Formats: sequence, structure tokens, C-alpha cells
Amino acid sequence: MSDEVAISVTVNGQVEHVRVEPRLLLVHLLRDELGLTGSHVGCDTSNCGACTVQLDGQSCKSCTVLAVQADGSEVKTIEGMGTEDDLHPLQEGFWAKHGLQCGYCTPGMIMAAADLLERTPNPTEEEIRHGLEGNLCRCTGYHNIVKAVQHAATAMQSAEVSA
Amino acid sequence: MTLMDDRTSGNHVGRSLRRKEDPRLITGQATYVDDINITGLLHAAIVRSPEAHAKILSIDASAAMARDDVHAVYTGEDMADLLAPLPMAWAPDGVEVHNPEHWPLARGEVKHVGDPVAIVLGTDRYAVIDAAEDVLVEYEPLPVVTDIEQALEPGHALVHEQFGTNEVHKWSLGGGDMEAGFAAADVIIERRVVNHRVSGAPIEPRGVLADYKAGAITVHTSTQVPHFVRLFMGLMLGISEERVRIIAPEVGGGFGAKLQVTGEEMLCAWASRKTRKPVKWIETRSEHMATCHHGRDQIATVRLGAKRDGTLTAMHADIVADMGAYLMLLTPTIPSLGAFVMGGVYKIPAITTDITGVFTNKCATDAIRGAGRPEATHMVEVCMDQLADELGMDRLELRRKNFIPKEAFPYETALGIVYDSGDYHAALDLLMEKLDLPALEREKEELAAKGIRRGIGFSTYTEICGLAPSRVTGPAGFGLQTGLWESAIVRVTVTGAVTVYTGTSPHGQGHETTMAQVVADKLGVDPQNVEIMHGDTGTGAMGLGTYGSRTTAVGTESVARASDKVVEKAKAIVAHALEAAPEDIELRDGKFSVQGSPDKGMTLAEVSGMAHVRPELLPEGMAPGLDETSFYDPNNFVFPFGAHACVVDVEEDTGKVKVVRYVAIDDCGPAINPTIIDGQVHGGIAQAIGQALYEHVMYDEDGQLVTGTFVDYALPTAAELPSFETDRTETPSPVNSLGVKGIGEAGTIAASPAVLNAVVDALRPLGVTYLNMPLSSESVWNAITEGSRA
Repeated sequence: MSDEVAISVTVNGQVEHVRVEPRLLLVHLLRDELGLTGSHVGCDTSNCGACTVQLDGQSCKSCTVLAVQADGSEVKTIEGMGTEDDLHPLQEGFWAKHGLQCGYCTPGMIMAAADLLERTPNPTEEEIRHGLEGNLCRCTGYHNIVKAVQHAATAMQSAEVSA
Repeated sequence: MTLMDDRTSGNHVGRSLRRKEDPRLITGQATYVDDINITGLLHAAIVRSPEAHAKILSIDASAAMARDDVHAVYTGEDMADLLAPLPMAWAPDGVEVHNPEHWPLARGEVKHVGDPVAIVLGTDRYAVIDAAEDVLVEYEPLPVVTDIEQALEPGHALVHEQFGTNEVHKWSLGGGDMEAGFAAADVIIERRVVNHRVSGAPIEPRGVLADYKAGAITVHTSTQVPHFVRLFMGLMLGISEERVRIIAPEVGGGFGAKLQVTGEEMLCAWASRKTRKPVKWIETRSEHMATCHHGRDQIATVRLGAKRDGTLTAMHADIVADMGAYLMLLTPTIPSLGAFVMGGVYKIPAITTDITGVFTNKCATDAIRGAGRPEATHMVEVCMDQLADELGMDRLELRRKNFIPKEAFPYETALGIVYDSGDYHAALDLLMEKLDLPALEREKEELAAKGIRRGIGFSTYTEICGLAPSRVTGPAGFGLQTGLWESAIVRVTVTGAVTVYTGTSPHGQGHETTMAQVVADKLGVDPQNVEIMHGDTGTGAMGLGTYGSRTTAVGTESVARASDKVVEKAKAIVAHALEAAPEDIELRDGKFSVQGSPDKGMTLAEVSGMAHVRPELLPEGMAPGLDETSFYDPNNFVFPFGAHACVVDVEEDTGKVKVVRYVAIDDCGPAINPTIIDGQVHGGIAQAIGQALYEHVMYDEDGQLVTGTFVDYALPTAAELPSFETDRTETPSPVNSLGVKGIGEAGTIAASPAVLNAVVDALRPLGVTYLNMPLSSESVWNAITEGSRA
């Protein structure tokens, strides 16, 4: 409807030139325009975190950011984390530790956890629980999510040591 | 019946295999409804009532229609061609149930905030939301009914004038001599027990994509019950059932909230037929909170009688249940499901539950995880603690004294329900072993000095699940107008790949893995080569869906039975090929061979290859292929049970409750996948802790929803919950060949009284002897300040 704006966003390493409505949310740019449907929408109020991605290296709820605000930025989504043949340690951790059931919150949970481990590579259980406070899961009671993040932290630490 | 026939043929059952579902889910490649688009689709936004009760005087959609990006706006009047209103599936013999017509779009009046009034269709997701704001609806407010107890008073305003009352129905279930039971009691306690209104709140909201083409309709919907939706969509829209295909793609959680046949599903399907375009509606969270059915909302007066020595003599629960404004698929049945296990794990000679359903100007209630059984268990277990206090008896001793002993199973309760199996002492013994109660008690004093009150609460429970059996639940019994069987197809292809079709519709429970484990052991193959297809009415087995912890006990059992038929045919083929008798063929290490000569044999792939490529080599008269169907309707429910303990620390100054430990022993029969069982228990407990401490759907006296988003409706986060300590006992059920019972709801059914009893235990030294949920800091602080007694 209103005047569209040209923006460039690097998504999972790929530069995307798109024209968007100024009010378009980043999550809808990713999902509806770029076909990256791994980021989900679960609420209207930025509470659930299902839409969490990384914007210039920091986790952010992509339902709370306008696409135009991401102009010139780098975005990483769950699709940029790893594939089934080459999983990111967090993806591996969630699988190994049964950190998901319906899977709807999982991409956001993994993206938020990635940011947490970036800042706190060896978190305590308490730090994990508080670090993921902005992401809601209705299935797991978070028990195995905590285990999954611990599993990933250990794997990433030992990878760093051996590197 | 022996447990785990053919265990020799495989060893996948009982192991915590990684889930087959997960690779697509952890990489962002799963396909939920909103991830599906069809060229030319129209987005839908729904205009909803801001009034709790009002006449619709006029609807002016001209401004919305004038927008370029709006395709159409429809109201209830446009949908006069629907052949039937939305369904309610319960018609018990001899019970009058007031059931108002309930249409996908309101006709003449709105009955609760969020009641749909019009649908706006357009080409852009955002534009239809703008356009919905432009639809002008003029309302004449009517008196609002919100309090279920006042609603029954004579002369009170009515939700539905035509019934002359707000009472929906009365229903009772009882057994034993109540008068004699209470007369024999030395002590009778009476408590008002509140199970407040909650939301299922799956993180994926509901969503529908309907596509009508050339007389047939395909609908993707986030549902637990695709076959129900198909049946009723055909009936409402006048489309013969074979031309209705319902697909539940990846479903982002259900918890009962998606056990429904919804107006939005019908609305999108109708609109797609009307416009000849695909129509997509994705629920916003605010819509979910206001219009996806809620759960619980019962106020009960519970009386429990006992001898001085603690022997229980009678229990009576008088329940007033808020049905909301309309009766949806199962609305009035929910409190009754609890009545079936009123009395819990105890020998009680006389038990009666009386239920009164009440209309209010609120969203309908219906099944939310546990559906009636958490409420009943809460009543029983809270009152057991209250009774122990009254008797001056240890609460665990009181429980143990009244447990149904394991020798008594199968045990017929006073209600005529037959509990299949149980060993309640064993579960409690294991719990106490893990808990170390003396250490926790010792810490109490130390903490009290710092203003922290430590409490320990217990819940010993059983629940009724595996819904089925049709003879009990169906028209001739409880009154559901359907059977509750399941069916399965096990198909072996020419290459030996196994595809299983189930009528159940899992949405996070991991049945693609657990069913594959069962089939793999039956057929002697790798679970990785067993694919479970579910949630699509167009591709295979019929069934009734996933809810009531029925998918393993009923659905997987039907899968096991179809697998047995495949094995039987395979053995006949191999026997013929090896010139042996079929009864001499055994399946061992993935090979069908003659007993005693394991070197000569055939794999499933070889058998299937022969059955498809060389049918002339099959026994005389045998049809080609290796593809079997099984229908299964059990002869009884199954009754999981267990013992839970909750440890809380309550801040005296603030009333804040912190769950510091939660220990759960559950018994759902032999485990198919222990890790998946633990996961179900964790989530179930979290949901009940949510109810006990944080979650509460609240309406004000004008019927306005005040908890309309996740800002106000507080789901527990990782920071509020502890890690859970879980373990199992394994008592097989005699009902099915796998010995299994359900586990999806057990945690939710067991946990809320453990939390409440823990908080009361913590506050007893401060003079608080009784509380109701939700135990918000405010309510707990008030209780501490004022003292709260029953």
C-alpha cells in the first residue's frame, strides 16, 4: 500500500536486495519474502521468542524489529546454523538431550542460546535459565533445554580446546 | 496376555532412541500451517466482538470493501447456506443438555468478547488487519453474566434467553451408600476447592489454510483431530466426506487447545468455496487468549469422611463448572471425565460427583491437558492433606492406609470403574527414597530464621486415559456420539521399506519414534526404515486423533496389531518358500527362518520382494503385497499412576513461592522410550506448576478479558522452574498387548495438588491451613498477613 523502501540485508551470508513496506516486520521479511520459515511467530507482544534471530551477532526478536531497521545489517536465522548433515553443536545438543517436543519454539530457543553461549561460554544452570527467560516453551518444562545447552557448551568448549 | 510378544525379534522398545522427528525441527525445515502458501491465496482477518454480550444492530463493511487490497467481507447472514451449526458431540441418555446454536460467525447476538462477527479477505496479511478495523459494527449491550455461582440465582441475567436459565445441565456419577458412608465417619471435612480458568497456550497459535477446487476441499489446519474436522466440515458445508481432505501438518503443540472443531476452520473452508480462492487465517496470540477454548474453571464443594483411624468412608464432590457462552465439541463432558476417577488411588466405599454446568459470557471451556482429571485429582489430594490435618495424622500414613493394594487389581471402584493395574505403595516408596524427607524437614528451621518458609507437598494419583473404550464412552454408555477406536495400516514396500499410517495425530509427543520402535521390533527391521504417517485424512488410516493420552495405549496398540498381521503373512510366505509349517517359522535377528536352522531364511525385504514381484511363488490363493490394516477398540481404559513431591520455599515478606525441588515417580507400564516419557512428565508438571502459581485467565465483571496476551497471562519461563527429578515404576496394563498406559497428561494431573499442599505445609507455622489456586505472591502474602483457615 504505502511507499516501499529499498533495503539490503545479508541473511545467512546471502545479500538480499528487497523493497519493503516501512512497517514490515523483520520476521515477515524473513518468512514471507525470503522463504525462511524456520523463524516462527507465537505472540503479539515479544514475549515468546519463537522469532528469535541474530541481528549483527546479537539475538533479537525479529517480530520487534522493522525490516527497514535491518538495512545494511547481517541476519542469521536457524537456517544459517547448520544442516541435518552438519549440525551446529546446539542443534546436536537439542537432538541428543530431547530438548524439543513440538519444535515450534526450538529455532528461537537455539538462536537465543547461541547468543548466551557467545557471551557466557560455560554457563551454570542458573545462567542458562535466566539467559533463556525471554523464550517460552510449553512442551518441555525447560528441563531438557537446559541439558541441551549444557551439552552444546561442553562440545563447543572442547572443540575450542582442540582447535 | 503376555507382555511384548516377539521381544526376541528386536531390541528397540525400551531404549531412549533419539527422535526421528527432530532433524527437520532443529534445522528450521519443518512445515507448520503458516509456512504453507498457495498461489493466489487470500489472507483472512476476523472482526471480533469487543462486547461480552450484545445485540448486533448493524454491520457496515463499506469502508473496508472500498480498499483496493480487500477482496470480500462476509458476515453471519452471508453464511445462511451452512447446513448445521458447530458440533457438540455429547448426547447422554436421560440428561437434558441446553445447547445453543453456535455458528462460525455470530447471528444477531454476540455472547463473549472475541465472538466472531465478520471475516475480511484480502491479498495482504497486514492490509486485512487494517481493513478489519474499518468494519463498523453497532452493538446494543445486554446484561453480562460472569460469576457462575450468581448465574444460577433466580432472576439473574441470562446468557441464552431461550433456556430461561443459565444452567447447562446436571450430571451425576455415584456408587456405594453415601448416607451410610458419611454416617460411619468420625470426621468429615468440607472444603471449597477452586480449579481456576487456564489457557492451553501452545506456542504455535491455531491456523487454517483452506483450498476449495472443483467440488473438493483440502484444508491444512493446526489440529489434534483431523478426522473429526473432516466429518463435521462435510456435514456443515454439505460436501460429501470423500471430497474433504484435512491435513494436520507439523503442529506446534496442542494441550487440548487443538482438540476442537472450530468455527475458523469452517469459516475459511466456506470462504474458499465462496471466493474460489485459497483462504488462510493465522491466529494472533490475542485471538488465541480470547477465543481458543479455555480449560478448568470449576468450583467444587468437596466432603471427605473418615473413621478416627483414617479409614475413608465416603467422598462427595459438588461441582459447579463454567461452560462459557457456547458448548463446543466436548465442553460439558470435561468435568465428568474427572468424576470417573474421583476417589483417586483410595478404597472409598461410597463416592458421588454431582456436576452443574453453567453458561457465562466468556469463551467456552473444553479439554485442556488432563481435561477434568487434574481438577478431580486436585480435589482428592488437597482434601487428603486437609483430612490428615483434621485427624492429626501423618498425610502419607493416611494415604498408605487407604491405598488400593496391588493384590486387589483389577479393582472395581465404588463407581463401577475397573482400574486395570497398580502398585501405589511401590511408587510412593521409590519417591520417598529419592526425596530424603528428614533432610528437608531439618532445613525448615534453618530457613525459617531467614524468613523463608519451606514446605513439602505430596500427590499420589491415578488417572483414566487411553480414551476408548467405545462401549463405555460411546452412545450406549457415557454418551459421546462416536466410537473411540483407532486404526493403523502397516505397509511394506517392494524394497522392504515400512510405512505406517495411523489415525492418531501427534503434535510433539514423539510417536514417529515410539511407534517406529514398536514396529521395528515386531518386523525385525531398523526403526530408521519405518516411517510413521499421521495427520492426513487423505492418505491412510482413519482414527479419532491425539488427546486423552490415547495415542500409545490405543493408537500404537493398533499399529502393533497390524504389524502382527504382517508378520503372520510373512511367516506363511516364508513357510511356503522353505517348505515348512508357518508355526515353525520364527523371526530372529531380522530374519524369518525355520526354528533350529537360522542360516536358511528370508529378511522382511526378501519376503516383501517376493510378495510384490513374484506373487506366483506365494501360497495358493494368497493375495500379493504385504500390507495390513487393523482396527482396535480396547475393552477398558488404562490407569497410569504415581507419586509426586513438591518442595517450595515461600518468602514470608513477599509471598513469593519458589519451587526448589520436584520429584516425580510415574508408572505408565513398560517404557517404549524412557527419555520421551520423561519429557512428557516434565512438560506436564510445568503446565500444572503454571496453573498453581502463575497462570489465570481472568475476566472483569463486564466480561472483558484482562489476560489477553502473554504479558498478562504468565506462562512459566525457564527461570521459574527447577530441574525435575523423575523416575518410573513399570506395572504393565493387562488391557493391551504392549502393557502400556498413557503419559501425556499424567504430570499435569498429578502436580497441582503437590504444589498447593507444599505451600500450605510451608505456611502452617504461620497459621495458614488452607488455600486455593492460583498461589500468586499477592494471594499468598494476603494469607500470611491475614491468616487463612478453611
